Amino acid sequence: MGYFLETLIGGLMAGMLYSLVALGFVLIFKASGVFNFAQGAMVLFAALAMARFSEWFPKLMGFDSRLLANLLALAAAMAVMVAAAWVIERLVLSKLVNQEGVTLLMATLGIAYFFDGFGQTLFGSDIYKIDVGLPKEPMFLFESTFPGGVLVNKEDLYAAAIAAALVALLSLFFQKTATGRALRAVADDHQAAQSIGIPLNRIWVIVWSVAGFVALVAGIIWGSKLGVQFSLSVLALKALPVVILGGLTSVPGAIVGGLLIGAGEKLSEVYLGSKIGGGIEIWFGYVLVLFVLLVRPQGLFGEKIIDRV
Amino acid sequence: MAARKIGDVILDVRGISLRFGGVKALSEISFDVREHELRAIIGPNGAGKSSLLNCINGVYAPQQGTISFRGQTFSHMNSRQVAEMGIARTFQNLALFKGMSVLDNIMSGRNLRMKTNLFQQAIRWGAAEREESEHREFVERIIDFLEIQAWRKTPVGRLPYGLQKRVDLGRALAMEPQVLLLDEPMAGMNVEEKQDMSRFILDVNDEYGTTIVLIEHDMGVVMDISDRVVVLDYGKKIGDGTPDAVRSNPDVIAAYLGVSH
Repeated sequence: MGYFLETLIGGLMAGMLYSLVALGFVLIFKASGVFNFAQGAMVLFAALAMARFSEWFPKLMGFDSRLLANLLALAAAMAVMVAAAWVIERLVLSKLVNQEGVTLLMATLGIAYFFDGFGQTLFGSDIYKIDVGLPKEPMFLFESTFPGGVLVNKEDLYAAAIAAALVALLSLFFQKTATGRALRAVADDHQAAQSIGIPLNRIWVIVWSVAGFVALVAGIIWGSKLGVQFSLSVLALKALPVVILGGLTSVPGAIVGGLLIGAGEKLSEVYLGSKIGGGIEIWFGYVLVLFVLLVRPQGLFGEKIIDRV
Repeated sequence: MAARKIGDVILDVRGISLRFGGVKALSEISFDVREHELRAIIGPNGAGKSSLLNCINGVYAPQQGTISFRGQTFSHMNSRQVAEMGIARTFQNLALFKGMSVLDNIMSGRNLRMKTNLFQQAIRWGAAEREESEHREFVERIIDFLEIQAWRKTPVGRLPYGLQKRVDLGRALAMEPQVLLLDEPMAGMNVEEKQDMSRFILDVNDEYGTTIVLIEHDMGVVMDISDRVVVLDYGKKIGDGTPDAVRSNPDVIAAYLGVSH
């Protein structure tokens, strides 16, 4: 039982991180109807910026404080993501107003490759580390209930708390503020949004900046856990089934989807792996999504599409 | 209708021509709209009514001609700039924000009038909070006016067609426009719904003094409520004047009923 719990918790923690990446997808899809394939590359780019800035600033300015370096790097990396959002809007999205979703999807594929390449040109392609002071040591819970207790990584707990706070904030922002309403309006209908005077370009810069922020947070957490490396951009492929499972338009859906897939893949790897062969982790999410789509095509929490015939 | 006094020309369309490749959608259309007036544009299907409206609204840029609004001339404007100038519109094939509630849809029409910035809204700082409730009050008056109180929180995608049309009108009204462009507000409605909609349009015109440009292909309703009527056929203007004058215009009769040979 202790072992089961340990696997489950480990899975949920991994799932939380998938959720963070998935959140970036959902935000952009909700607010502009664009399926942003570049979210994974944005995570890599943001993490690279963070890692390198926190290394460069102390050297350049000659101070030694870990905290100051991290704060400065965070601010600079965020500024880079906002600038990137602005450039994307200027050069790509503004040219594609009122176009089909597929056109926009293809454009984000291009943006993904750009981020991959440009990030490595700018920041280098080695493995870097981010150290924001998340505690690394594991701790044991329920030692009185189970023999040996349940091993939990403190770092994972912090990550989960950060992710939860982020989700709460974003939900409030979308539902309760005038800008959030404008974002939802743009997602529903570009033309109508323009006709009531919502500035599409500003909305897009805002939403890509927010997605950039989420990518930065995800990048920092993953980066401090596993190091910043090119494979981070492949995270997008892990987040893809999460988004579809949760429903493309649902912020809570991204979280629940991430947790389900995270826990599911770890448990099945451990308990089914010995029977049907390992490597279940790699395809588990996709198979789960396939079955969910058969029953609920809009995902678990997506808006049901009602068409008048 | 005593209170309403028709004023000077507020919107002036001069020599508008619009082509899509080889198709001439509009040729040399000129007409004007006076302040507080209820102006209709009618014509059979495919006459170019919606194209004309889209030119005024900045969706299409006509190849020739100018449009001036309050003496300011423009030919290449986007929809947002037009909205900022005080021109609102509704859509023929409803373009509502389907996933959002009736209230949120109409509130979104207040967007241009909101002054607080993103960060103030994010922390719901005093000014943002106050602003939101002021706009909410205005929107509630529109909801009362359109008699859609019962559906305030319903996502518009679930409402019947007639009510969606009202929400569309409500969103445009929330902008407090000087000119309201209505693209076939009564299309696909039954007689009762048409009467309701006519009443709302007349009330808007009467109570708020909003200038209204109305597109319709159902002649009956239009003739009853509008002050002056433009008639289009195959992208050309074939008639312009009071409903009575237009009704007896032989070209208009031919376009609508056909000519006997």
